[in-house]
Amino acid sequence: MKVIIDVAACQGYACCMMEAPSVFDLNEDEGKVILLQENPSEDLRTQVDTAARTCPAKAIRLENG
Amino acid sequence: MRRVVVVGASLAAVHAIDALREHGFEGEIALVGAEPHLPYDRPPLSKEALQHGPDTTGLLLRSPEWYVERGVDLHLGRAAAALDPGARVVTLEGGASLDYDGLLIATGSKARTLGPASQAGPVYTLRTLDDCVALHERLVPGNHLVVIGAGFIGLEVAATARDMGMSVSVVELAPAPLSRVLGDEVGRWFMTCQAAHGVEVLCGTSVERIEAGSRGSKVVLGNGSTLWADLIVTGVGASPATDWLRGSGIRLSDGVVCDQSLRASAPGIVAAGDVTRWYHSLFDEEMRVEQWTNAVEQGRHAAMTLLGGDDPYIAVPYFWSDQFDVKMRFVGRANAAEQIHVERADTSSMVALFGRDGVIRGALCVNAPRQLALYRKAISDGTPWQDVVSA
Repeated sequence: MKVIIDVAACQGYACCMMEAPSVFDLNEDEGKVILLQENPSEDLRTQVDTAARTCPAKAIRLENG
Repeated sequence: MRRVVVVGASLAAVHAIDALREHGFEGEIALVGAEPHLPYDRPPLSKEALQHGPDTTGLLLRSPEWYVERGVDLHLGRAAAALDPGARVVTLEGGASLDYDGLLIATGSKARTLGPASQAGPVYTLRTLDDCVALHERLVPGNHLVVIGAGFIGLEVAATARDMGMSVSVVELAPAPLSRVLGDEVGRWFMTCQAAHGVEVLCGTSVERIEAGSRGSKVVLGNGSTLWADLIVTGVGASPATDWLRGSGIRLSDGVVCDQSLRASAPGIVAAGDVTRWYHSLFDEEMRVEQWTNAVEQGRHAAMTLLGGDDPYIAVPYFWSDQFDVKMRFVGRANAAEQIHVERADTSSMVALFGRDGVIRGALCVNAPRQLALYRKAISDGTPWQDVVSA
């Protein structure tokens, strides 16, 4: 699975970091998402799916299923 | 199950439909909505959509093709009028009826109004896309807006109108904005923030009546003073949209009463989103939550329960509010807090913690998003209050 983030759309809701802290972090000053892993392992799929679904800014997209 | 009926063309509904199809449900899905629109996103309605005028296509949660691809039978612009849980039939306004094997109730909530006091003059509420269209057209720079109620909707509308060049007064009965939920100290911070942007915030003040006058509407306050308004918006809370369920026999009490897995009191019925009252075991509390993230996750969870799941719904609530350059995010529960501790506050940021029964239950972060993730873990883990509060 490949994670694609839209930094311009990100509004610092922090939902991604709460759901999948090993994949997403936030820049405290700008309040923007930082992608820690572009290709997370399959065991993180539930967390990453939830992060994408609960992003109010729709700034996270998954490729390869 | 042959057919699932989803009542309420909502955020919870689209996530429920996603979950049903993803988990192999191949039967019919019917979606009933009172409004003529496909499900759309509500948070922008008090912010960018209100300022610039709503982009009705951009606000849609899913494209029209998405419903076709999932075989969703749409019944829009026709509210559900009645439920017969014995016969498993939902009746729509106008008389048509839909039978179901599974029913997902996601009718949300509706804006409360002031009642007879608000009959005189241009008084608006903001809940729906049509409300947003009507209100947007009336936000005229230079005019005076009076907002009644300093809750989140009221403060967001005040900020948007102020950014558009209106003069704005906010009237609130409580001693500070948001204080019923977040406490006086946090409320005063928001009051200072609004005032710094030129919004007049009048707290501890009731509205006695609204009169039509020569210079617009006259808002008569409890302290005897008056405000002239070109436009009035009320933000005095919301109540669950359960009128159509009265007399159905399913249990209602400020919402549809559900078990931990979101099952209502009759067979084959689940609920999700604002309308749902359920017991949350992590917080040991029966709650009803009017929040975006809750609608997403409950929609999905309720669908899984319909498909035979039995897991309790125990997600930690999350909500946000954007006013001017303030990005407030809240994780957990503020209600019924015994302790509220402001960890730090300056002119542009704040962190406040909410505790009860010796553990942390909630955290509010303004312009400090990274803290949220740390506190959510502490809330999930039931971390003792003294371990999270700085000395």
